Amino acid sequence: MQTHTYDVVIVGAGGAGMRAALESSTRARTAVLSKLYPTRSHTGAAQGGMCAALANVEEDNWEWHTFDTVKGGDYLVDQDAAEIMAKEAIDAVLDLEKMGLPFNRTPDGLIDQRRFGGHTRNHGEAAVRRACYAADRTGHMILQTLYQQCVKNEVEFYNEFYVLDLLLDTDLREAKRPRKGAEVTVVGVVAYELGTGEIHVFRAKSVILATGGAGKIFKTTSNAHTLTGDGMALALRRGLPLEDMEFFQFHPTGLAGLGILLSEAARGEGAILRNSEGERFMERYAPTIKDLAPRDIVARSMANEVREGRGAGPHKDYVLLDLTHLEPEHIEAKLPDITEFARTYLGIEPFTDPIPVYPTAHYAMGGVPTTINTEVLRSNTDVVGGLFAAGECACVSVHGSNRLGTNSLLDINVFGKRAGVAAAAYANEHELVELPEDPAAEVVAELDRIRTAEGGENVAELRRTLQETMDADAQVFRTEESLTRALGTIDDLRRRYRSVSVQDKGRTFNTDLLEAVELGFLLDLARVVVVGALARQESRGGHFREDFPTRDDKGFMHHTMAYARPTSGPDTEIRLETRPVTVTRYQPMERKY
Amino acid sequence: MTATTTSPAASVGEVPSFDVTLRFRRFDPDAANPEPFWQEFTVTAHGTDRVLDAMHKVKWELDGTLTFRRSCAHGICGSDAMRINGRNRLACKTLLKDLDLSKPIVIEPIKGLPVVKDLVVDMEPFFASYREVMPFLIAQGNTPSKERRQSPEDRARYDDTTKCILCAACTTSCPVFWTDGQYFGPAAIVNAHRFIFDSRDEGAAQRLEVLNDKEGVWRCRTTFNCTDACPRGIEVTKAIAEVKRAMITRAF
Ligand SMILES: Cc1cc2nc3c(=O)[nH]c(=O)nc-3n(C[C@H](O)[C@H](O)[C@H](O)COP(=O)(O)OP(=O)(O)OC[C@H]3O[C@@H](n4cnc5c(N)ncnc54)[C@H](O)[C@@H]3O)c2cc1C
Ligand code: FES
Repeated sequence: MQTHTYDVVIVGAGGAGMRAALESSTRARTAVLSKLYPTRSHTGAAQGGMCAALANVEEDNWEWHTFDTVKGGDYLVDQDAAEIMAKEAIDAVLDLEKMGLPFNRTPDGLIDQRRFGGHTRNHGEAAVRRACYAADRTGHMILQTLYQQCVKNEVEFYNEFYVLDLLLDTDLREAKRPRKGAEVTVVGVVAYELGTGEIHVFRAKSVILATGGAGKIFKTTSNAHTLTGDGMALALRRGLPLEDMEFFQFHPTGLAGLGILLSEAARGEGAILRNSEGERFMERYAPTIKDLAPRDIVARSMANEVREGRGAGPHKDYVLLDLTHLEPEHIEAKLPDITEFARTYLGIEPFTDPIPVYPTAHYAMGGVPTTINTEVLRSNTDVVGGLFAAGECACVSVHGSNRLGTNSLLDINVFGKRAGVAAAAYANEHELVELPEDPAAEVVAELDRIRTAEGGENVAELRRTLQETMDADAQVFRTEESLTRALGTIDDLRRRYRSVSVQDKGRTFNTDLLEAVELGFLLDLARVVVVGALARQESRGGHFREDFPTRDDKGFMHHTMAYARPTSGPDTEIRLETRPVTVTRYQPMERKY
Repeated sequence: MTATTTSPAASVGEVPSFDVTLRFRRFDPDAANPEPFWQEFTVTAHGTDRVLDAMHKVKWELDGTLTFRRSCAHGICGSDAMRINGRNRLACKTLLKDLDLSKPIVIEPIKGLPVVKDLVVDMEPFFASYREVMPFLIAQGNTPSKERRQSPEDRARYDDTTKCILCAACTTSCPVFWTDGQYFGPAAIVNAHRFIFDSRDEGAAQRLEVLNDKEGVWRCRTTFNCTDACPRGIEVTKAIAEVKRAMITRAF
């Protein structure tokens, strides 16, 4: 076992982690730990754009952007946070340009902007061009540009290091929690080096969680195999709450059967959704902005078309994304990658044939709760000293119950930067906290248990069952019955997971072992999603209960805070509490588009 | 309103299934006697499956010790470059139906980098070359308060080389790189190109100096392997030629 000491340790090298690193590494001694090489992070998969009210091509301002974000999130957005994001968006985009990001340009040489779902002029009048973009590779360019800057600034990376535990100076897992105002401080993290199998303890004054999403709890997803929600699960296991996990975004246009994403930019550029009758069905569901309605509405409309028998294809189980009326040169210039996806993976020529699409699990609105300065909350009122979170693993909450497209690349830049600044400032004002005795003991014991077990449960089988269950019972449409069934399956899988085993017993690059560990994270998070969804007896944003089809502001205009608590048995249980939504300018209204 | 409703051919729904045999070059450094060896597995696959899907089937159902990198599974992250039937490709972007399935599919690690385990190679030498070409915007003077302007034409000038995902498929397909481990290799030159031809950048002279070194661009023998290997369709050989030309025409 090796021990390292830093001022700031950043867990994750996606957009949020690297944006943080650029700030903290110039102010304090910083290490970035990532289970992937930085440029492999899933930020690189983002396609459509990052929005900011630059007003380069038409009138726009940050207040309209704030309003759209709040309304898009079905009023579960913390409005102070949304306002900060919309204001700081402008500098976030300009910062990236100055770092060299190759944005598409207007004829005058300014950053070009395009339309995206839910972004409107003057509080919903019409779609506005707010998304800054680089073809359909905006995320790729952001990830590359941030990595380039990290190379320039000689940021220290530990690549292919899996962080498997978060060390705090107080045990928050017990039923009895520290009193209000009591100081709880981060101590560091425990990591596993994939290349050697060695355990490393990193002591740090500040730790930033930036581990990205958790899409792999579902079967059909746009997320990478490695998006297993590690940071969220680590926090939960250490007794910290997770916020609003029942809200998961299903993106309307995944390649049918595969889940690979076709950006909303396709609809932004004029593509149309049609059912088997060729009807532009979104005209019925969102008469004003039609195909550019927010994702939850479009995804549900699509699923509804399929349910009512108007799906296309041999099994009538998808709808069609039609680009055939658009100018091929224009599309090739603006959407080169996604047209290639259709060709490569489905053998469809998008200029002559419509593309089969169906909703795909895409984005976790919930996550580790933070203040607007990215400090991690351990309760509704208290933060953990030195612990920060940013990006998809965090919940600030700027996305509420449904994130608008292009607001996540924005989120990772705005709050990534804030996290880097705040973590360095904290580190510069505080001393290191003593490590507990044998800090890696729990991780070592867990890994040894899995590695040495023989003939136990199979990881792939448990994972497939989990993912199929979540797709069937906790996806676009949910009911008490489906969720109860899902919870039963998850509890059973959790029991079986306790005797999981792997075939690879080696030390070097043991991905078999790490997949088992990641499955543990998925099982933790899926349970929180389902427990939260069961309790939320209303429909709001990405969470739709068929048995409670309307939004209920009296009963549920609050955030969910989920804690794992000990029971008398071997498993924990999920306890739910609530947290008020911060409302500043906008009173909840019915969401119509 | 009318629209084409032709159902897309055999894309989703009833897809044919078939058996495929995969033949892997394997290496386990933890074995008592670590020697590379070949091993075959046969799995059932479906019409739209990619090589990566078949490899997952092997790992998840037959042999958990089979080791490879992967993440995004749709050709974006650059994790899974490997030699498939003698050509460098991404396993997640190679459809089984496009390969000759009458014979085993031969899968080996990319060449020229030390093998760590099975299909996993040590990527550090590759990233070290990348870092050496100063792959970041170099701009002097005060940073402007708004964005720098760049015309769409100037932006288009270096578009091709911005697509690089650092998968190493090009570099490890290059015969010069195989025999001369010091050579920067195509990927590093592609990333230098990305900045040399960016109108906002002022570091071209420094980069060209680095690449003018004896292990720099001049080692390229224009075999086009790199262009064929690039999963992003970057015209790698053309980019290298442009860098060579810049070296001759630009005084530095
Ligand atoms: C296909 C697709 C398209 C998208 N398009 C857009 C778009 O157009 N606009 C938009 O705004 N948003 C878009 N999004 C959403 C957006 O891209 C993501 O939400 C965002 O990039 C997440 O960034 P992140 O930095 O939080 O996480 P990631 O980029 O996923 O990075 C996570 C990092 O954490 C590391 N990590 C994870 N677990 C561990 C661990 N245990 N130990 C160490 N390291 C760990 C990983 O190695 C990685 O470096 C898209 C998402 C997808 C999937
Ligand atoms: S897994 Fe990402 S490129 Fe293949």
